[in-house]
Amino acid sequence: MLSRVANHIYWLARYLERAENTARLVQVNTHLLLDLPKDITLGWEPIVDILSFRETFHERYETADEKSIIKFVVSDPLNPGSIINCLANAKENARIIREIIPSEAWELINNLFATAKEDSQSVLTRRHRFKCLEKIVSGNQTITGLMGGTMNRDVGYSFLRLGRHLERADMTTRIIDVRSASLLPDISGKLSAFENIQWMSVLKSLTAYQMYRQEMRLRISREDILEFLLKRDIFPRSISHSIKQLIKCAGELPKSQPVKEKVVKVSKELEKLDTRDLKQEKLHTFIDDLQTSLIKIHNAINETYF
Amino acid sequence: MAIRWGNYYPTPFYDELIRVRNKPRNAAQDLCDYLKQLSDSEISEFKTASTTAIQVMGITFTVYTEEEGSIDRAWPFDIIPRIIPRKEWEQVEEGLKQRVKALNMFINDLYNEQQVVKDNIIPESILEHSKNFLPECRGITPPHGIWAHICGSDLVRDENGTIYVLEDNLRVPSGVSYMLENRHVMKRVFPDMFEKYNILPIDDYPSQLYDMLSDMSPRKVEQPEIVVLTPGIFNSAYFEHAYLAQQMGAELVVGSDLVVDEDDIVYMRTVEGLSRVDVVYRRIDDAFLDPEAFKEDSMLGVPGLLRAWKAGNVGLVNAPGAGVADDKVVYAFVPDLIRYYLNEEPLIPNVPTYKCINKDERDYVIDNIEKMVVKPANESGGYGMLIGPHATKAEREKFVRLIRRDPRNYVAQPMLLLSTAPTLIDTKVEPRHLDLRPFILSGKHTSVTMGGLTRVAMRKGSTVVNSSQGGGSKDTWIVDTEEN
Repeated sequence: MLSRVANHIYWLARYLERAENTARLVQVNTHLLLDLPKDITLGWEPIVDILSFRETFHERYETADEKSIIKFVVSDPLNPGSIINCLANAKENARIIREIIPSEAWELINNLFATAKEDSQSVLTRRHRFKCLEKIVSGNQTITGLMGGTMNRDVGYSFLRLGRHLERADMTTRIIDVRSASLLPDISGKLSAFENIQWMSVLKSLTAYQMYRQEMRLRISREDILEFLLKRDIFPRSISHSIKQLIKCAGELPKSQPVKEKVVKVSKELEKLDTRDLKQEKLHTFIDDLQTSLIKIHNAINETYF
Repeated sequence: MAIRWGNYYPTPFYDELIRVRNKPRNAAQDLCDYLKQLSDSEISEFKTASTTAIQVMGITFTVYTEEEGSIDRAWPFDIIPRIIPRKEWEQVEEGLKQRVKALNMFINDLYNEQQVVKDNIIPESILEHSKNFLPECRGITPPHGIWAHICGSDLVRDENGTIYVLEDNLRVPSGVSYMLENRHVMKRVFPDMFEKYNILPIDDYPSQLYDMLSDMSPRKVEQPEIVVLTPGIFNSAYFEHAYLAQQMGAELVVGSDLVVDEDDIVYMRTVEGLSRVDVVYRRIDDAFLDPEAFKEDSMLGVPGLLRAWKAGNVGLVNAPGAGVADDKVVYAFVPDLIRYYLNEEPLIPNVPTYKCINKDERDYVIDNIEKMVVKPANESGGYGMLIGPHATKAEREKFVRLIRRDPRNYVAQPMLLLSTAPTLIDTKVEPRHLDLRPFILSGKHTSVTMGGLTRVAMRKGSTVVNSSQGGGSKDTWIVDTEEN
């Protein structure tokens, strides 16, 4: 397979997954806000930090109010990381490899972009937001299903999953990070009463609530949720699951030693991890480190294949 | 009853299907009878079916706009086919083979002995001022002496029914994918007609193309690595590049996918590392092909490609420099070239062409400028032309000055009355002008497509068939009729 084609498949998967997970991220914050008492002013600004777009945001907007942030994160064509741009990039990547991916997948990707573009105004209101974001999540799920059901299991498919799981791991860390120190500084005081509700909304935004209930004990607890989302590879959006998939995909590719080494290293760190140690600040640091490791994996893929 | 042939008046042009009012040509009788009995709603149904088929099959050409990025547009397709009897087509086919053979011999001669200039068949000044002559290619004879492996020659028919060659496209002719897809659409929409007629198939073009490309491989291996080199997704013919690559099972590559090493061998970058390429079917113009040899700032090309080709390590199709014969002035000499190289009379005539380089002819053109179509030597797509009868006085005067300043760069032709064919406009048939582009493949053997791409000027009275300017297309049927 041509390196360039592999590169487009990889980025197609990353952009689609990024769009889906950004939608989930906005979803979780919207839910958090609804669950919190009125007098707690939880900002939207940390969202742009989590997505590492603080500077770009402040270049373009004066105040970090809900509307500006939603617009910036979801539908601003001038924000390179906005959902609409992720989908536009996914579409452009798909277009270039139209004859490689199933034509139905191309149509779905094209449609998903068109729908998101149509919705770019209504998503700003809370009333329509849930529906609009839900369409993006289920749109990517449909595309993933279609590709899984129709594509040859060749190296192209390995690159697709490589991109998807690397992006998913990265974005899941960011979604967990919504709940870390930078977002909610007041952990000991008034907010703690709502802690479980908030963790529940994290689970829900990852469609993880039901699966969590089936796998873990009935009670919602911070340690168990972190255990579930970071370490249990039984759940397909957990970090550990994505890392295992990366190891598997790398195994299907030629010359994959440098990539494999880096993924295995992350895998071992996850195994060693005791989630009970992850108090607020430590969780944030752990996630930062994890994200750095994921960047290293990406760099290794880039150097080896593209 | 929607289609009434009695209301269809093709005169004063030659009509491809209708002989005189209400009298179809023999080969078109069954088709016209069939169309006559269709109701309005059936016609709209067929039209919708063809539009849907085109969308589903993704047959598009690309238009790029600043605002929306790239857009794929469907090319207007007319469901009434153009019919040519097999016997007539066989003569055209022979004529095209003859023409392309002479053209290839001519190109090879120009890059080697230049006997044709020494024998005063072609004036030396033509060569000196040729934009498409590449001095870098002097002394090379590609395998089988073929430079223009793929040629698309545009044919037109005048009011008397005579078929002429209007121009030869020897650089990167396009359109063959539409020819193939138009047939697929017709099979979906009109299966009945395929039972009535003995329509000669065209589907084997991709395999013939593949075989020809394989023959050009310098390595004699079972399965040579063939790639289609495209300028990229913003090129208007990208659909065709992707389509042909897919149909042949070849890799579709852009310049940056290929690399030429110190060893003068072409490789493509794959996830497993560098992998050798044997034949490049390039859809990039000469100037952009190799920044090392031609335009330094070309982002589309492959540095060193020409070097690898000259070393005999890769097949390039069409060969660089083949465009030297794709020149409106050289065109005027093609009948002479056929006589010179093959010692034969041309089987298909040229459109009468005045060479402004000769004083007598130049004077005639200038005196009769209001009747002439004046063409610059090296433009394509209808750019930089003067259509005398439709031009203003100032435009004519401008062209007289241009011709006087640079006579070598201009030829002129009398305004042709292009043939027409019934074309569905809403639910009625009206005559529309058309041309025909067959494709000729030259390798170890020479083959011509059964028919070709019929392009239609969809606007009333227009003779501009280009897709960018309101052109459409039709399926072209070469039919075996009983009287053959």
